[in-house]
Amino acid sequence: MSIAAKEAGARQDSDVVLRYLRPHVKFPNMWCPGCGNGVVATSLIRAIDKLGIPRDNVVLVSGIGCSSRMPVYLDFQALHTTHGRALAFATGVKFSRPDLKVIVITGDGDCLSIGGNHLIHACRRNIDITTILINNYIYGMTGGQTSPTTPAGAHATTTPFGNTEKQFEACDLARGAGASFIARTTVYHTTQMDRLIMEAIQHRGFSLVEVISNCHTYYGRLNRVGQATQLLRMFQEKASTQPKDPNMVDEDSKDMIQTGIIHRDTEKTELCDEYQKLTDSLAKGKSS
Amino acid sequence: MNNSSSVIEPKTRPIRKSKIDYSQGPAPVSVNPAWCKACNICVALCPQGVLEPDAEGKPVVAHADNCIQCGACWAHCPDFAITSNYK
Repeated sequence: MSIAAKEAGARQDSDVVLRYLRPHVKFPNMWCPGCGNGVVATSLIRAIDKLGIPRDNVVLVSGIGCSSRMPVYLDFQALHTTHGRALAFATGVKFSRPDLKVIVITGDGDCLSIGGNHLIHACRRNIDITTILINNYIYGMTGGQTSPTTPAGAHATTTPFGNTEKQFEACDLARGAGASFIARTTVYHTTQMDRLIMEAIQHRGFSLVEVISNCHTYYGRLNRVGQATQLLRMFQEKASTQPKDPNMVDEDSKDMIQTGIIHRDTEKTELCDEYQKLTDSLAKGKSS
Repeated sequence: MNNSSSVIEPKTRPIRKSKIDYSQGPAPVSVNPAWCKACNICVALCPQGVLEPDAEGKPVVAHADNCIQCGACWAHCPDFAITSNYK
């Protein structure tokens, strides 16, 4: 492909983001300098734009937290709900309007701590919702407290001598609860993130994309990792598409991040389809 | 917040020659200084060393000829501040 053709075909690649931002919202956004939430937002926009879904057919549902501010900036249908209940509200939206694409933007504290119950039941029902779980290992908005995904031994404002609790593996939890599409990526791997979000939106059934993000303001600073760029380099080094070997003893390989599609089940029936089938069969029985 | 100098790592890959001629047209990338928060992710991730921080820590196009339009800067910009003029 010549450079001119590439230019014409891909011209909108870098400024596609600007066409999906709300015109009346004050910019720059409220996130800290270098926060991964903005990277996820651009990736989500590129994925939706590539799929060609009209923006009025996309519903962004979010709870409370740094990442949950995203629907404020993006010009889609937005539903900003109570803490942790984004998936419960999203289930209602999807059940009443199955034609809409429902995307839940949630953080690790929002989704796994206070909303953990809603997560496992959304997974169990296999309702067609795309959940983007932005995991930055810490509660960012409220001041750096430990979240369910803070690794054991890591420092937070509530654990100044190191965290003694074990962390949640969100993808394993979702798999056990019955989600049919599970993937993990990091904010460093933007091309992979675009692809995984696209596949998650296209997947019929509950899909969870866990995006490992950087909170250098709290996690990076308290654990002496450093600024956003150093956290991104850390994700680059730790990420691997190979599954984690439980027999591994090496210290470095123990905290590696498995990226890519972790689980995909296309056979599982989706809740809205099943409900439609049931109502159709009941209506048929009534008329005959 | 000036956090530029300590976080930039040395470029490990050799700098390639760009196929695009930038001498006639606009700069390879534009930075919106009103939205940029000087996080310096673009400066650190650019494989060609095109961007350099200015006095405020915000990136400026210093070596335009090296830009290969890989998209690392605008794909990783959390503030929607970088756009390419060629892609």
